[in-house]
Amino acid sequence: MSGHLLTLDELGAAGISEMLLLTDRFVEVGQRPIPRVPALRGRTVASMFFEESTRTRLAFETAAKRLSADVMTFSASSSSLSKGESLRDTVETIEAMGVDAMVVRHRSSGVPAQIAGWVGDRVSVLNGGDGWHAHPTQGLQDAYTLWRHFAPVPHGQPGTEAADEPSLAGLRIGIVGDIAHSRVARSDIEAYTALGASVVLVAPPTLLPVRPGEWIDGWLPADAAKRVEITHDFDDVLGDLDVVGLLRCQRERMTDGLIGSIAEYVASYGLTFERSMRLGPRAVVTHPGPMNRGIEIAGDTAVDLEAEGRLLVTRQVAHGVAVRMAALFHLVGAVGPGAVQEAENDV
Amino acid sequence: MADRERRMTPPFGGVFVARTTVLDASGVHRALTRVSHEIIERNEGLDNVVVVGLQTGGVQVALRIVRLLFEIDGTDVPFGTLDVVMHRDDIGLRPVMAEAVTDIPFELDGTTVVLVDDVLFTGRTIRAALDALNDFGRARAVQLAVVVDRGHRELPIRPDFVGKNLPTSREEMVDVSLEGVLLGEMRK
Repeated sequence: MSGHLLTLDELGAAGISEMLLLTDRFVEVGQRPIPRVPALRGRTVASMFFEESTRTRLAFETAAKRLSADVMTFSASSSSLSKGESLRDTVETIEAMGVDAMVVRHRSSGVPAQIAGWVGDRVSVLNGGDGWHAHPTQGLQDAYTLWRHFAPVPHGQPGTEAADEPSLAGLRIGIVGDIAHSRVARSDIEAYTALGASVVLVAPPTLLPVRPGEWIDGWLPADAAKRVEITHDFDDVLGDLDVVGLLRCQRERMTDGLIGSIAEYVASYGLTFERSMRLGPRAVVTHPGPMNRGIEIAGDTAVDLEAEGRLLVTRQVAHGVAVRMAALFHLVGAVGPGAVQEAENDV
Repeated sequence: MADRERRMTPPFGGVFVARTTVLDASGVHRALTRVSHEIIERNEGLDNVVVVGLQTGGVQVALRIVRLLFEIDGTDVPFGTLDVVMHRDDIGLRPVMAEAVTDIPFELDGTTVVLVDDVLFTGRTIRAALDALNDFGRARAVQLAVVVDRGHRELPIRPDFVGKNLPTSREEMVDVSLEGVLLGEMRK
């Protein structure tokens, strides 16, 4: 009973909602004195990061451990890949050791999908970020963070409240920065629009895909594409945004000639102190990390917004573990032999 | 909710067809009143007693017991809910339902926990619940209250307070709510 999590559009709006509701459950588990459940006992999760990562890797590994799974860690630099072994041989070797899930991060788009094709339904593949393509668990974690910021978990008489449906309807969410080269932007756009939000992409033409309008129409469902607009002028939309989603500004974009200089980027697209004063009263700021203080966001501004509870970065990270528990549980939390009969008896 | 849980659990589908009414609403109420008196008697009052209802069938029963304890003794007993779906040995077969939350808004250390469920059958749910409770703290004691004990235990687990002992065959199905206890079976 294996499926894969490669992109969010495969999951669909209903699947995204289901995953966020499941995340609620694992946030609760994370608040227990012993934040661990035996749901994946006896299962093995291989963490295969062919590209460096701190938070995604740690979040996935922590999630697997909190589900009582065994974690096998693979590190590209110290593996036989550096001796010239092919990717396929590496994957088959790891599969042969008996794993139930592989978390794959790779700098090339499509590698997780390729691996999923090789392992079929024997192993669940979870995309931990591939090239410029997709980072589905980041999209889920950002969507969850925003949903629960604007609609906190209801607290009434325990066990009697009705579950609320995940929704970002009515929110206007800006995604600011390097849209063209960002897998986070793609997965965020999918998650936010699936939950009913409007999205404004804010970037210079050089950091947007070529013919961005066609790009959006060709990739998102029609009703979602209608709710995406594109602008080059941050100041024009800043005051109307409920959420400012900053993307990391990679310095190598400057050497590629896509932006003139860091100072020029900050002047047009940085969340400076002046811009922060023009944010709406309930507007919040997200960032997938690692944050370049002084570039995407001014150092003091980050500190101020954090103090006001309007910079959601640490909450995004905290929810990252719960979201990945939900994803692993959803894909791997299947049945052992003999259990079916058991459950039929025990209703 | 119990009905929805049943539909999402193997063998999927099927309709519950009642054959006999074992207890009606007032019968359930009388049984739970007696159980509540027994809880007070066994614990010599309600000091440090907390009630935890098991999702999903045990929650409404537990809420009723909390109300009865208040009516009898004047004590407002802390109440929580526990969902053991991630602790069971048949994980993945039970649906994870968003509304079946775990919420234990008090410290368990040093308390006497009265676990409440609707039906006691194989005992596997209770085993899972004991495991789960361990992660919340060290209760001084755990007692088990159920509306119906239908036998067929597969683990060394016994209830402390029973509304009704009901001999059944394995194929039968027991439906418990505050409105009554019905005995019947699932039909495709």
